[in-house]
Amino acid sequence: MSDILDILLSVTFWAAAVRIASPLIFATMGELICERAGVLNLGIEGIMVIGAFSGWMSVYLGAPLWLGVATAMLAGMLFGLLHGVLTVPFGLSQHVVGIGVTLLATATSYYAYRVALPQTTTPPKITPFQPLEIPILSDIPVLGQAFFNQTPMTYLAFIVAGLTAFVLFRTPLGLAVRAAGENPAAVEAQGLSVSALRIGAVVVGSGLMAVGGAFLTLSAFSSFFFEMVNGRGWICIALVVFGAWRPGKAVLGALLFAAFDALQVRLQQTPMGAHLPYQVFLMAPYLLSILALILMSRRSEVPAALMTPYNKGER
Amino acid sequence: MRLEPIAQPTLARRLGFPALALLGTVLVGSLLAMIAGANPLNTFGLIVKGAFGSKFALLETLNRATPLIFTGLAVAVAFRARLWNIGAEAQLYAGAIMAVLLGTGALGAPLVLPISAAVAMLAGALVLLGPVLLKTKLGVDEVVTTLLLNFVMLLFVSYLLEGPMKDPMGMGWPKSAALIKEARLPRIATGLRLHWGFGVAIIAAVVVWLIQKRTTFGFEMRAVGQNAAAARFAGMPVNRVLVLTALLSGGLAGLAGWSEVAGLKGHLSLDLSPGFGYTGIVVAMLALLNPLAVVPSALFVAAVFVGSDSMSRAAGVPTYIADMLLATALLFMVLALQLTRFRVVRK
Repeated sequence: MSDILDILLSVTFWAAAVRIASPLIFATMGELICERAGVLNLGIEGIMVIGAFSGWMSVYLGAPLWLGVATAMLAGMLFGLLHGVLTVPFGLSQHVVGIGVTLLATATSYYAYRVALPQTTTPPKITPFQPLEIPILSDIPVLGQAFFNQTPMTYLAFIVAGLTAFVLFRTPLGLAVRAAGENPAAVEAQGLSVSALRIGAVVVGSGLMAVGGAFLTLSAFSSFFFEMVNGRGWICIALVVFGAWRPGKAVLGALLFAAFDALQVRLQQTPMGAHLPYQVFLMAPYLLSILALILMSRRSEVPAALMTPYNKGER
Repeated sequence: MRLEPIAQPTLARRLGFPALALLGTVLVGSLLAMIAGANPLNTFGLIVKGAFGSKFALLETLNRATPLIFTGLAVAVAFRARLWNIGAEAQLYAGAIMAVLLGTGALGAPLVLPISAAVAMLAGALVLLGPVLLKTKLGVDEVVTTLLLNFVMLLFVSYLLEGPMKDPMGMGWPKSAALIKEARLPRIATGLRLHWGFGVAIIAAVVVWLIQKRTTFGFEMRAVGQNAAAARFAGMPVNRVLVLTALLSGGLAGLAGWSEVAGLKGHLSLDLSPGFGYTGIVVAMLALLNPLAVVPSALFVAAVFVGSDSMSRAAGVPTYIADMLLATALLFMVLALQLTRFRVVRK
């Protein structure tokens, strides 16, 4: 027990939790925007992979780091456009298209990586984003170093979350997007295009997912390797449900989840960890996501028109 | 734009759009080959040759198709009832674990094969039962739960192979002990690498087809898939149908793992499946969820993988071209199917 307490009181633990939460926050906001507009985006896992790859590749080829982030975003938006066009005007199954987009984006990344670097066995590294200490705020005990001595992409994640909440709940555009996911017929009656709103939301949301992927290569691991996203996309879908489709709660969920993830890594080093197979700790994040889905299942805050294709002029 | 249903699609429409989808996939493939600096015609030629060019190549393709027929059937059965089982990978490994558990000496001849097959089906079915009960009882979306369980199962297998199921003779490699001779599926002919798992897969496809065509349960599955609310209104036990569908689907995926262990590998290792569960989705969609069509569809998908492997060695185009071709084919095909049933109207 005192082991756990020691961990919970250490700065590095909380700093790790914030770091692990950052890519999840980007991707969760992306998925949340898509779902608020009525489109389930199962392309998320693959879009994170293409973001991780394209961001890393452009920096590897000499682009500045922020251009890498922009490249990732653009690549994600392209795959989002594919998902949006197939599911919205053509009304194809969001499940099947999402899985297709994930397969395509993942395969594209791996193929392009192998075409560009046919021989490499050890993945080449780039110089990633460095921590940026924010004066004064970083002097707050424990939390200061955890929150305010991070890379710029982490700060961006929280800014994006704030912006998502602001746009969705405080602007006419956000109202229209949410209405497209709740009552598309009413949106149409207002003279707005449900298709345009939904495709737009999927494109922007997918861009954010890809930036979440790019965090892994540009801010955390500094090289691209296969299987690096490792189910994080699916976990983000669970986080959207856990957060009841609200940005604030979803960020809190991501932080909680990341804290648990950081904790399990550290618990492996303790005497308790020595008694349990390490796989038990690695399973924990996935099981925790399932548990979150179960706990939240009683509430019904699902956008009413989620996964319902809207065909102009019907009903 | 909006979609207008077509009451009676013409034959030209029903064949034309899928043909266009395949043509589009070939064009994308050509582009990919050129990006890698290879000649597209040569690349496709090498893929076809690598998949069918020799007796060895052909048998390799049939072997590769075997687990894909099982996982393709698993997905087709589930998707028909709109049960989104994306967890065939986990169910496959559950079946594989049982094949090893019963096949390494726990059971003797002659019943070990049928018993281990039945237990493998049961294990696969149980893995899917959890997510489906969560769906029917609590409304938890099965897509995410089945996906997440894939990761959990792979870690569980990793634990088994480093712990209780580790082969003491395995020189430290994380693999299980080998099956006893009686627990292995025989080869279809002496000297051939093709095993009877392929035969069982074909039988499974016919049985599933019969269930869907000739039984009340098959009719109910389709009704639930087309409109669950209407089916419930008509007095169908929707939740029971979903649970039974899940048992069938998970069982089929469990057989995939059983057949790979008992027929091909002879032991369990972490690379038993290079994503057969996920590829089953492509197989099922290309087969339009028709159980009989799953067989040629799995052969096609297996040919793309086996052919790409050998093409890659000869032409230097990365093997991931296979995944890209299949993902492209999947997306083009679902679009083509929609366009055979609907007309796009500008408004």
